[in-house]
Amino acid sequence: MTMISSAAPVLQPRTVAEAVDLRTRHPEAVVIAGGTDIMVYLESGTLNPPAFLNLRGVAALRGVERDGDGGVRIGALTTHTDLIRSPLLAAYPALTEACRTVGAVQIQNRGTLGGNIVNASPAGDTLPVLLALDAEFLLTGPAGTRTVPAAAFWTGYRRMDLARDELLTAVLLPAPHPDDRAHFRKVGTRQAQSISKVVLGARLRLTGGVVSEARVAFGSVGPVPLRCPRTEEALIGAALSGADLSADLAAALAAALAADIAPIDDVRSTAAYRRAVALRTLQGFLASC
Amino acid sequence: MNRCSFVLNGAPVTVTAMPMRRLLDVLREDLGATGSKEGCGEGECGACTVRIDGEAVNSCLIPVCQVEGARVQTVEGLAQDGRLHPVQQAFLVHGGAQCGICTPGFVVAAAALLDGNPHPTPAEVREALAGNLCRCTGYQKIIDAVVAALAPEAPAAGGAV
Repeated sequence: MTMISSAAPVLQPRTVAEAVDLRTRHPEAVVIAGGTDIMVYLESGTLNPPAFLNLRGVAALRGVERDGDGGVRIGALTTHTDLIRSPLLAAYPALTEACRTVGAVQIQNRGTLGGNIVNASPAGDTLPVLLALDAEFLLTGPAGTRTVPAAAFWTGYRRMDLARDELLTAVLLPAPHPDDRAHFRKVGTRQAQSISKVVLGARLRLTGGVVSEARVAFGSVGPVPLRCPRTEEALIGAALSGADLSADLAAALAAALAADIAPIDDVRSTAAYRRAVALRTLQGFLASC
Repeated sequence: MNRCSFVLNGAPVTVTAMPMRRLLDVLREDLGATGSKEGCGEGECGACTVRIDGEAVNSCLIPVCQVEGARVQTVEGLAQDGRLHPVQQAFLVHGGAQCGICTPGFVVAAAALLDGNPHPTPAEVREALAGNLCRCTGYQKIIDAVVAALAPEAPAAGGAV
């Protein structure tokens, strides 16, 4: 099993400027951060690049700081454990809950938020929460830094709006609104070490008990982590009291969600199961509001 | 080939290796520290768990170029002055091992938990060890051992990296 013997050189920047410069000059290099995905691809033989770009030594890419209007800026190299422990992330419990379900402690100690984003798996545990929180990603390249909303970042199966000479450097989360309720729910074979069958990230703003803003995002039900615009629209104006939904609203939500998601049968689950469970996880969140 | 220097169980070491070589292979094959085991080779089973700067990680997922200057602790570094780490002693007393291949990973992960959280709840013990798979014991004796290692009469944990 000890088959990794990649002789590829490893580029080792120490600063963000060095990292961007090396990225620009070596677009063929594979970027490695925590390594929890890259090392698996390397071992399985699906990856054999001419060079690697190791970002672990770029200290400025790791950490959480307060940003502008009460939000936070999370460096792309910040680990899941860093996020779980960060006092600034206490205001975003749906995200830290998601981080606690990534692999297990050993993976959380090493894997990074930026890595989860650019690995671009439709099953990435943190990704629906980033969609629900209206996260933005900072992408830095030779021409400077641009900002892309999470909702526009994943463009197709394992495809994203990230040029070959760009690096994801940070994630911005807007300030939490006092009337918001955010939610995370992952369904897998067990609590740890499972890849999700369905994963939900959602956020509702309740103004006087009525939904005034809705974000519903799912993973593992389509080629990318996706927002559910029809479902969000159906929720606007709904009065949630913790009691059962009205029959009309329940039916409208079921129809909207069925149109928003596109799950498939695969080794982890079936499309039919995913459709049923996605709706149940959303209903469960609504019942808790 | 690159030179890479780090501290292994308190002693400085320097290896010459390809930079993407797995830390697990460097430990076992280059440095003869065969306590860390390979189970799955993809971060699922935890048999290769070591500590880097105190944190439990899967050494099968760490390229050696990422441990330059770091403190690495393996199961060989847990006992101090011929005395077992309290977690090791508790595994012995409570029968927390059968075939034994997962045991080094479990005791290293448990030692990392206790250093950061000396009084974890049973639920926290289960969460901290969820990345370590055992195919023999059914886990209960392992959990019992770690919980017992916390008991007030247990000797103070040693072997911190």
